[in-house]
Amino acid sequence: MNEKTEKLIDKKGIRLDGRKADELRSLKLEVGVLPNADGSAYIEHGKNKILVGVFGPREVHPKHLSRPDRMVVKCRYHMAPFSVPERKSPAPSRREVELGKVIRESLEPALFLELYPRTGIDVFIEVLQADGGSRCASITAAALAIADSGIPMRDLVAACAAGKVEDTVVLDLYDAEDKLGAADVPVAYMPNLNAVTLLQMDGILAPDEFEKAVDMAIDGCKKIYALQKEALKTKYMNVKEEIKEEPEE
Amino acid sequence: MPTFFEAKQLVTPGELLAEGEYQAGENTYLEGGKIYASRIGLVDCDNKKVNVVALRAFYAPKVGDIIIGSVKEVGFNGWTIDIKAPYEALLRASDVLGRPFKPQNDELSQVLNSGDLIVAKIASYDRAHDPQLTVGEPGLGKITRGQLMCVIPTKIPRVIGRKGSMISMIKQETGCQIILGVNGVILVTGKNIEDEELAMAAIKKIDEESHTTGLTARVTQLLKDEKAKREENKN
Repeated sequence: MNEKTEKLIDKKGIRLDGRKADELRSLKLEVGVLPNADGSAYIEHGKNKILVGVFGPREVHPKHLSRPDRMVVKCRYHMAPFSVPERKSPAPSRREVELGKVIRESLEPALFLELYPRTGIDVFIEVLQADGGSRCASITAAALAIADSGIPMRDLVAACAAGKVEDTVVLDLYDAEDKLGAADVPVAYMPNLNAVTLLQMDGILAPDEFEKAVDMAIDGCKKIYALQKEALKTKYMNVKEEIKEEPEE
Repeated sequence: MPTFFEAKQLVTPGELLAEGEYQAGENTYLEGGKIYASRIGLVDCDNKKVNVVALRAFYAPKVGDIIIGSVKEVGFNGWTIDIKAPYEALLRASDVLGRPFKPQNDELSQVLNSGDLIVAKIASYDRAHDPQLTVGEPGLGKITRGQLMCVIPTKIPRVIGRKGSMISMIKQETGCQIILGVNGVILVTGKNIEDEELAMAAIKKIDEESHTTGLTARVTQLLKDEKAKREENKN
């Protein structure tokens, strides 16, 4: 691993990648990128590049997994072999299975599971490039893909991490900060309902630092939510604009 | 009791629409006295009822709906039909034959084989049971000719238009027969392939631009332009 030669934050409070403590990485969101899926989304969160495809609701196979009173959600988080500097085995690792579960549980509160009993939806998350905070980026994109598929939702879910690096609480950690920093707190949040659907902590934080990190992450989620909304609307605004231009031809 | 939207505004899931004395209509939900959108779509308020016309949705079966489906599997005493819904539908053999079904006399795959398309009506459906279909009414049954196309089910009302204005205009201009399945599948039957393709182009335009205004005029224009083009090619 890299030796800790540089400081992660300089005296002015600027991080290694040039951001301030409470600044998000650049974010690009696109909806409806996969015609073969019922719903899809693509996210570039810093150097993370993630594709999400959603199918359903549809019959569950094998049948015994279906539930008579609700819809089941299956979620597969998978990292491409080329997503990290060292080749990653394409077989699902312990970490990926766990992230699939964690992401599923952070999305489920946003869905009306009881509306479509005996059915299931599939969420396929494919990480093309990972750079820290990929579970949060995955949740952000998966929520968009679900909305794009037409599955009714209580709210969009936006996710963002905060953590501690060099005794400072910072927002949206990237790979180096995640690995060398002191703590990482990923948070998923439904802004309109003011509900947290995912809260994890890796590392050690004092209670006041923890609270600050959560508040910071929620603020980050709200910013991401605004971008999500915009991305979703852009897809349909495009059609509107095309028509406005037509008479000029 | 305010509302938080302008008529025909584009909203995303979770957006707060209204508070207080309003009713939650289609694609919305009520929580803590507030009404939120549950799908991406256009909001409308009709008599204190807040509705969202969804831009993305799938078909949810309802008793009495006319749908178009394809035979997925031939079973022991009926067929399973794919109706583009979260559930597979069942069609009983006795319903199609119009008499009690005897396995020793009837070969089901000769009546309807897998891949065959049918127009049917949903006879029964509830949370615990898959929808059951019937073809025992005039106009229902196996499809023998024509072309199929799929649109998002919530756009079917737009294809029909106000009091059927859009669909009757397309029928008149192209001379095609059009059957609209509530599940978003549309059957177009005309005298020749060109007529059918013209009607399908018009429906495709409606599907793509359903959330915009002045659509009927543009579709009429499209049909006229295409017709003129065809005349030119002939000469």
